[in-house]
Amino acid sequence: MTATRQDKQATARAAAKPTTVRPPARQRPSNGATGLLTAVRNLFTNPKYGPVLVTAILLVLMFVIGASRYRGFTNPQIVFNLFIDNAYLIVLAVGMTFVILTGGIDLSVGAVLAMSTMITAKLLEAGWSPGVIIPLILVITSTLGLLVGLMIHLFKIQPFIATLAAMFLARGLCYVISNTTITITDPFFVDLANTRIPLGGRLSITWSVVVAVIVVIAAVLVLQFTRLGRTVYAIGGSEQSGNLMGLPVARTKVLVYVISGFCSGLAGILFTFYTLSGYALTAIGTELDAIAAVVIGGTLLTGGYGYVLGSVLGVLVLGTIQTLITFDGNLTSWWTRIFIGALLLVFIILQKVLTSRRT
Amino acid sequence: MNLLANRLFWPIAMLVALLLVNLIAFPGFFALQVRDGHLFGSLIDILRNGSPTMIIAVGMTLVIATRGIDLSVGAVCAISGAVACSIILGAPDPDNVGTVVVAVVVAVLVSLVLGVWNGFLIAVLGIQPIIGTLILMTAGRGVAMLITEGQILTIRSDPFKWLGSGFFLGLPVSVVIAAVILVLAAVITRRTALGLFIESVGINPEASRLAGVRSKSLLIGVYVFTAFCAAIAGLIMTSNQTSADANNTGLFIELDAILAVVIGGTSLAGGRYSLFGTLIGALVIQTLVTTVYTVGISPIATMVFKAAVVTAVCLLQSPRTSQAIANWRRRSSRSTKQEVVAS
Repeated sequence: MTATRQDKQATARAAAKPTTVRPPARQRPSNGATGLLTAVRNLFTNPKYGPVLVTAILLVLMFVIGASRYRGFTNPQIVFNLFIDNAYLIVLAVGMTFVILTGGIDLSVGAVLAMSTMITAKLLEAGWSPGVIIPLILVITSTLGLLVGLMIHLFKIQPFIATLAAMFLARGLCYVISNTTITITDPFFVDLANTRIPLGGRLSITWSVVVAVIVVIAAVLVLQFTRLGRTVYAIGGSEQSGNLMGLPVARTKVLVYVISGFCSGLAGILFTFYTLSGYALTAIGTELDAIAAVVIGGTLLTGGYGYVLGSVLGVLVLGTIQTLITFDGNLTSWWTRIFIGALLLVFIILQKVLTSRRT
Repeated sequence: MNLLANRLFWPIAMLVALLLVNLIAFPGFFALQVRDGHLFGSLIDILRNGSPTMIIAVGMTLVIATRGIDLSVGAVCAISGAVACSIILGAPDPDNVGTVVVAVVVAVLVSLVLGVWNGFLIAVLGIQPIIGTLILMTAGRGVAMLITEGQILTIRSDPFKWLGSGFFLGLPVSVVIAAVILVLAAVITRRTALGLFIESVGINPEASRLAGVRSKSLLIGVYVFTAFCAAIAGLIMTSNQTSADANNTGLFIELDAILAVVIGGTSLAGGRYSLFGTLIGALVIQTLVTTVYTVGISPIATMVFKAAVVTAVCLLQSPRTSQAIANWRRRSSRSTKQEVVAS
């Protein structure tokens, strides 16, 4: 069964880029040093694995530089803090990965995140129970994603412009709800925000990290082992071939925006755990961080190639840049944006080189 | 029927409707006054507040006509404002016209370089326009912060202030600049073959290259022109606020400009454009903002209305909708014909 699915996927890609067909790259070194060298080179020049590997190496390199230059950088808690500070971004990036894998883009995630923090804060202020609010938020943001997906699919509106409209709507609703900061005092939220889960040896994580990890695992399982996941990859390879093969292209294309909406809502809730407040101007530009994380994590912007775990690595790279700049003390915070821009450039050019060699 | 088929019909109808709403809510809306030889009135306000968007939208129209998009205009606005303000602040005499001219020229030159950068990424390296300009959008505000050293640079310079709030021949200077840029762009692209070339690149860059159009230099030129427009708009906005704010100057203006272009009937798929439509689009947006103020809705809700307008325009322009309308028309005309035959 799995074999036939893989065949289908391979056919979908083959139809899209006739010369890119390769056996799903699991080239083991044949024998001897040259074989190993070829295998390594193939691995790095493969659009599937190359960018992810480069990101992983970059991350390790950044840690080595950090550890050699700054005291206290070797503390394992630094790594856990990366997850704690960026749990919401990981969740956003997971949703964005689904969308970009189909060749789309979602510009609304930052605004939707802000909207869900606003709704959460406002409803908590009005005395609603968190048990009602959290599911409600997820339903609202998923519905918004559904509407965006329908707009894109039924009316053939470019994802860019449809999600732009959603971004305007969500950001506008934030202001309508309140244009001042609403502080969250609800005991459930405060408890969850402050609870640390000890991991032994003075290390700890927060519940947000647990949620983010669950989301990542679920996304990996869905993308690798379900029909939905394979269809997502197939659409990114070639929508037309997907259609001709009888894959549920329409449904899947709408569904990825629902997933992205759901993830944005969940990320919003995690963000409220992190800030314990709702504010209309939060997370401006977060959509760019999420897109940057996905791109740096090796997902091809034209769709079809990429991994959720790569996006997680992308988020960690962004987080590490921030940490390095904080540790340095001489560099000001706006260097973060410049570094992210530069990294984005490098990875996009890398993608370009890797894909153009094969077509 | 012919009128309805015109692609400028809906934008103009929208503009007229908005103006009517204003007239009903505020009867003196169309009144123009002359004070000290300068024109004042709500209509002039719309023109003046809308001029930065208008200027950027002119550049954006040409970029979109090549099937591209430029997300970095907001960041370019911030950079040009930051450059001009830091030069004026650093000069011994900020009121000197020469200083201001130098500041403006340097700011524009810096932006032209940024435009070349965008054009290089897109035309030479072949990166998708959304992503190529995303890089500058992300990094640009960081660069602007670097120039202003993270502060809001407030300046007192009368010649610079003139750019944003002065008057020329009775009209606000910014409106005159916007008009000049619009007319120049229209004359240069429509009176020569340049417009045609731009459209042909938008339809098929490879085919136009084979037909002898220099696609690459044309693309770079278009992005440079947009950066130039963004720089001018950034200077006007900075001058209006008398300060350069790296975080907020031109925030979301790329979206407004794209919106203006889309409302004006230029398709995001490239290949055709209408500068006059863009003018209408920019006016619709600014009138919408003004209407929200005059009708007494909280101005912070403007974005919700913008969302509604984008959605409505996109749905109206969607091929699915036009097909549905065409079907409906065919059916209705067939039924009338049958009635004629029957009678």
